Amino acid sequence: MAYSDKVLDHYNNPRNVGSMDKNSPNVGTGMVGAPECGDVMKLQLMVNPDSGVIEDAKFKTFGCGSAIASSSLATEWLKGKTVDQALEIKNTDIVNELSLPPVKIHCSVLAEDAIKAAISDYKQKQSVGQAEAVTAH
Amino acid sequence: MKKPVYLDNHATTPMDPRVLEAMLPYFTKMFGNAASRNHSFGWEAEEAVEKARKQIADLIGANPKEIIFTSGATESNNLAIKGVAEMYAEKGNHIITAATEHKAILDTCKKLEKEGCRVTYLPLKADGLIDLDMLREAITDKTILVTIMYANNEIGVIQPVAEIGAICKERGVLFHSDGVQAVGKIPVNVITDKIDLLSITGHKIYGPKGVGALYVRRKGPRVQLTAQMDGGGHERGMRSGTLNVPGIVGLGEACAICQKEMTAESARHRQMRDWLKNKLEAELDETFINGSMEHRLPHNLNMSFAYVEGESLLMGINDIAVSSGSACTSATLEPSYVLKALGVGDDLAHTSIRFGIGRFNTQEELEYTAKRMIEVVRKLRDLSPLYEMAKEGIDLSKVQWAAH
Ligand SMILES: Cc1ncc(COP(=O)(O)O)c(C=O)c1O
Repeated sequence: MAYSDKVLDHYNNPRNVGSMDKNSPNVGTGMVGAPECGDVMKLQLMVNPDSGVIEDAKFKTFGCGSAIASSSLATEWLKGKTVDQALEIKNTDIVNELSLPPVKIHCSVLAEDAIKAAISDYKQKQSVGQAEAVTAH
Repeated sequence: MKKPVYLDNHATTPMDPRVLEAMLPYFTKMFGNAASRNHSFGWEAEEAVEKARKQIADLIGANPKEIIFTSGATESNNLAIKGVAEMYAEKGNHIITAATEHKAILDTCKKLEKEGCRVTYLPLKADGLIDLDMLREAITDKTILVTIMYANNEIGVIQPVAEIGAICKERGVLFHSDGVQAVGKIPVNVITDKIDLLSITGHKIYGPKGVGALYVRRKGPRVQLTAQMDGGGHERGMRSGTLNVPGIVGLGEACAICQKEMTAESARHRQMRDWLKNKLEAELDETFINGSMEHRLPHNLNMSFAYVEGESLLMGINDIAVSSGSACTSATLEPSYVLKALGVGDDLAHTSIRFGIGRFNTQEELEYTAKRMIEVVRKLRDLSPLYEMAKEGIDLSKVQWAAH
């Protein structure tokens, strides 16, 4: 299969590879996919709790080149967005940006799922944090 | 060293220049139809065909009269299985094969099942070998054919063919073997192996594509086949169609070269393969060999690199041609059914790479391949959440995955 230049670029120079402390209250972690299916994405974002802006994002992906590129691109797009803006990222945006062929659309779906999972993890931590703050009073 | 490096010699092989040399005159100067009985053009074509028939027969211990020319092993397999099923329908309708056979066998069997045959697909042991006791138990008085490949195209595992042949002989069942990956690479002998039908193809033994042969035993027992194509009754009535004279000359020459060079070549390939295996194992942790190392073609290596998906690995070593059992690289988007049949989990199947060493590979190419493989596996493991988790001591099999 021929890969688009953008997929190749992300594969060769993946952006924002790494891990953050998943126990930090300001870090949301999304892990989607399964080893049996041939792709697993871990996407993490760090939110400024005051502004609600995503200040950093990191990923690690087990999967084909398109899966790696989709998650690498997602971390680029996440940085600087608010949590609400991040929720608007659609898998089709990733498909278009990377010119993914039809058989690789699931990679973009997985990246969207990873974003949503990371944000929901962050939100859950925040609400638990608030609840704890309330009971502490 | 020329790039890309070709290490996918189970898929196909480059043609040996000596083979091309032998074929060339038969395209232009000696273009006759081997079936033309009344002029010299026909005679010289026929003579060339008969020489090739003998070269092929010699390589597998057969009589030249037992060689039927076909368009390749897909056709040979179809002709052997369908031809037997039709010819021996009165005797029975049961066929035994194995789960790791090539699609040309499995899909032929599936077709026959639709037409009323019963097919037993033997499971494989974890090392890729069939269980001979299971084979014995599977044979019934309705069994007409056992078809088990000589060596597997993905994992290179060599089946205990002589034992299978002996069991079939004892029970009066015909034995067909897909010999595509074995013939010319390791000694194959239809007499000592007690094979009744054997499929061969040109393009896996440094010969041309689109030409193959089927060995059909003539004595003890005399095997009969129902032709699957109607026409002029060529090839003892088993396979009609004007013979592909240049292709056949090429197949014959390819066999003759293999026969002459097999001992030295297989020793060289084994040494190169073992070097590659040892190098990769020394430099990388968590690699797994798929299939028996002991019963394996000398030029095959099939290895899983845990936590690194196969297609992304191929992308990283894009100037080296190998293949992967990963779903992403297959037309069906399923991981390799061969590895599955060995009980290799889908997670490891996705990380498998097949290396096939060939006549024209050099040690320098293998060294380059090992170097690139090590770099790319390390890079992708740094990128792999699974590798990270495994290093943290997490048991991945116990994780609740959000499968999609
Ligand atoms: C084991 C095996 N059988 C059959 C075939 C089909 O051979 P051919 O390409 O000559 O039809 C192949 C090659 O793809 C093979 O590896």
